[in-house]
Amino acid sequence: MRLAAPLAVLTASAMLSACGSQSDPVQYGPNPTLPTPNRGLLPTMKIASPTGWGDQRPIVPQGYTITAIATDLNIPRQTLVLPNGDILVAEGRGGNAPKLTPKDVIASYIKAKGTTQVKSGNRLTLLRDANGDGTYEGRTIFAENLNAPYGLALVGGNLYVANQDALVRFTYRPGQTRASGPPVVVTPLPSAINHHWTKALAASPDGRFLYVGVGSNSNITERGMNVETDRAMVWQVDAQTGAHRQFATGLRNPTALAVQPGTGQLWAVVNERDEIGPNLAPDYLTSVREGGFYGWPYSYWGQHVDERVRPQDPRKVASAITPDYSLGSHVATLGLAFSTPAMGPRFADGAFVGEHGSWNRTPPSGYRVVFVPFRNGRPAGPPIDVVTNFMGKDGKTRGRPVGVTVDPRGALIVADDLSNTIWRVTPARAAAPAR
Amino acid sequence: MADETYRVARTGIHPLHAFLLAASVPLFLGALLSDWAYSSSYEIQWTNFASWLLVGALVFAGFALLWSLIELLRGDRSWRGRPLVTFLVLLAAWILGFVDALVHAKDAWAKMPEALLLSIIVTALAFAAAWLGFATLRAGEVK
Repeated sequence: MRLAAPLAVLTASAMLSACGSQSDPVQYGPNPTLPTPNRGLLPTMKIASPTGWGDQRPIVPQGYTITAIATDLNIPRQTLVLPNGDILVAEGRGGNAPKLTPKDVIASYIKAKGTTQVKSGNRLTLLRDANGDGTYEGRTIFAENLNAPYGLALVGGNLYVANQDALVRFTYRPGQTRASGPPVVVTPLPSAINHHWTKALAASPDGRFLYVGVGSNSNITERGMNVETDRAMVWQVDAQTGAHRQFATGLRNPTALAVQPGTGQLWAVVNERDEIGPNLAPDYLTSVREGGFYGWPYSYWGQHVDERVRPQDPRKVASAITPDYSLGSHVATLGLAFSTPAMGPRFADGAFVGEHGSWNRTPPSGYRVVFVPFRNGRPAGPPIDVVTNFMGKDGKTRGRPVGVTVDPRGALIVADDLSNTIWRVTPARAAAPAR
Repeated sequence: MADETYRVARTGIHPLHAFLLAASVPLFLGALLSDWAYSSSYEIQWTNFASWLLVGALVFAGFALLWSLIELLRGDRSWRGRPLVTFLVLLAAWILGFVDALVHAKDAWAKMPEALLLSIIVTALAFAAAWLGFATLRAGEVK
């Protein structure tokens, strides 16, 4: 019962504890250092302190430029680049988890300070750069009255949108700037409580199946196991019939899915559990094996048992797969996109990952977009910073990256749900005039 | 001289103070029973109950504590003897009860077994404080 030391912290500040700011272990790649779980009397919280960009800008590597192509959106989360170069932006805020405990009441109040106060858009906005000069002068509302849309995928003439409660389909004709009608429901999605509400989406290469990421309904079963039915998993949905099956399970919060070009392999970034220390458990990037179990809630990073879960399940733990690549604890990976050679030689082969940033560790982690280099279809080497300065040296947070999308013409699109901006990163040579 | 000061020595506990002091006991006891139910069933709703019962107990015990403190400071009662002991026991119950509430904020089984142990201690302390508090009612009768 670690009671004595934390009592001193009580007087120091409301809910902030200073524990756990020792030098951080290396947590990148296939074999992250995993400390023993610990949690003091007070959970560590270090909430982003939002402020405007002013004359600051996100920082990109030498030889690249970044521009804001759309601002004043209503909480942009994920984007989709259409074949004609138009960009669709899903805007909204979901979740309707009731506050069950005194902790829920206090924590939700504190966490809300680190996010935007803008109202949920519940819509898709279309951005268009008609003459290809890098300025997206066209902006229309493609569809509205959606329910916290998040995942987007285009298969032929069908545009799929993963709302927080249903997978829906619009018909899409090239050049369209507004949906021709309300969407058709492909299948309802698990939405009771929706503690983790985002529904990630990717389509199989042949377009027959859609993969939907459904997050868990709790951090670590503190809402009970009954509400975890059909949660913390990836669904495979038949695009024709809407029938679904569990493709992979034990993925606590699979916030972005992407199909690897060439191999057709499904990959995911997953947000792991909180409150067992600043360096546990690592968020990760992994290929998603059909039928695979990835540990949640019984274990993390393969077969490290989480003692907080009762009853335990040693048999499930024994079957848990170790993820491919750790991105570090609490970075909050929310975006995933495979690159293309058009992004320049340094970023030709690999995946971009958007890290929304931590709320529960000191010093904060994430708040950036990284590139995970690949070789022979597998992650190889440490992540490279691509977009930084979302959290400035002054400790103020000016933006928080969510979805990342690669425009095959050579641009990285980054949605920022704090400053409500869409950023576009381009190799300087490709977009020289837009300086 | 005619300057005589009269101090009314109240031996009994004020009814509202009595209510505040007594109210915390069943709430702490409820938290204890809920903790026991969770620890034996893994049914998460019991621990949600325990968390709220603790908050309720701390509110009542907190006001009872404040009342005692003001009385002690105003010198309504002797600094020594039973009122002080009552105050200190209730203070211990409140501090450990607050720690217990923080422990209850740990997710799922992370709070066990500390939550159950603390609830046992805190319930015993609250009971003792109430016993001592009400015993002053009879203390004055003898003399």
